[in-house]
Amino acid sequence: MAEVTSGWPDDVYAELVAAGIRQVSYVPDAGHSRLIQRCQADPSMRTVSLTTEEEGVALGLGAWLGGDRHVLLMQSSGVGNTINMLAAPIEMRVPLLMLVTMRGEWAEFNPWQLPMGQGTRAALESVGTLVYPVHQPADIAPTVGAAAQMAFNTGRAVAVLIGQRAIGAKNWNK
Amino acid sequence: MTSATSPADAPALLRRPLIDAILARRGDALVVTGLGTTCYDVFSAGDNPLNFYNWAGMGGAAMVACGLALAQPGRRVLCITGDGEMLMGLGSLATIGCEQPPNLKIVVMDNEHYVETGMQGTHTGRGVDLVGIARACGFPQACRVSVTEEFPAALAAIEAPGLAFVAIKVDPAQPPMTLPMRDGPYIRSRFRDALLGPAVAHPVMMPAAKQS
Repeated sequence: MAEVTSGWPDDVYAELVAAGIRQVSYVPDAGHSRLIQRCQADPSMRTVSLTTEEEGVALGLGAWLGGDRHVLLMQSSGVGNTINMLAAPIEMRVPLLMLVTMRGEWAEFNPWQLPMGQGTRAALESVGTLVYPVHQPADIAPTVGAAAQMAFNTGRAVAVLIGQRAIGAKNWNK
Repeated sequence: MTSATSPADAPALLRRPLIDAILARRGDALVVTGLGTTCYDVFSAGDNPLNFYNWAGMGGAAMVACGLALAQPGRRVLCITGDGEMLMGLGSLATIGCEQPPNLKIVVMDNEHYVETGMQGTHTGRGVDLVGIARACGFPQACRVSVTEEFPAALAAIEAPGLAFVAIKVDPAQPPMTLPMRDGPYIRSRFRDALLGPAVAHPVMMPAAKQS
């Protein structure tokens, strides 16, 4: 997958700023590379590199208890790692915003990505996460803004699934 | 590799008096528990709105404490968890070692057993060394307590500034059962009210003052 260098990640970053995000945890993905760079360059955001995605769910719970807003960036394969940890924020009604770049879902090359890619939405919804799939680049940032409001205004776990079709798009201009 | 809980000639340490001693000197520290016995231990030492009683997400206690420590750099954060819970989140020691939050203290009550599920042995009873792992992950302070004489140094590490990891070998006997509240939204709101104040934890909107 090509590294995303411009376009929607800058708009997503602006939405995270507008939402008052202070902690950004991530397991890297090429689709998130530009957004991670923008967050790392922002002195008002603390970026935390994780060894596995469920660490980010727990980090976000602690951040909220301490008064910080947090976002977790990961690839769809990492969603499988988060499921049991999601029980805590969901049962506590602690907000959790997750931005998930999809694999195994559109024009995939690696067949091993399919089981988790095809199961991402069902897995998240099975434990009570609100899920917003996006397939057009122009829809990504507004959906992230809406998801942040859903998470922080209503105390829910919310995931935006950024489709491979959107990540791979080359001709989108804002 | 040894599996001794403590030197053969010394009695095993009892967990509750040690946790009582740590929490008696907590000051305004924020406390995150592990699942099961450490959750009950912390409640047994005295309820406090700044206790986060953890009922789900095994392996996450250290990272909850890390997020809290990063959000509240001016407050000490104590994570009091067990060996089984810590073993499930070993990667978090690597993450915390990289972040180095100076106000975070991880205390593992290591009884070498999964007490909740029927006293099955954990890896720490078979030679796995949590203190060595923490040290290798970059914890500047990492100390082990096996006998009473080693406890004051651990207390000092818990109270001094700087990221610290303490593992205390304790008797696996289950202390008398105490159960804290289980209502997640209540635990959350009580904690945030006490730490952040109700105006932040539960913002309200009042009518704007009339223009004269």
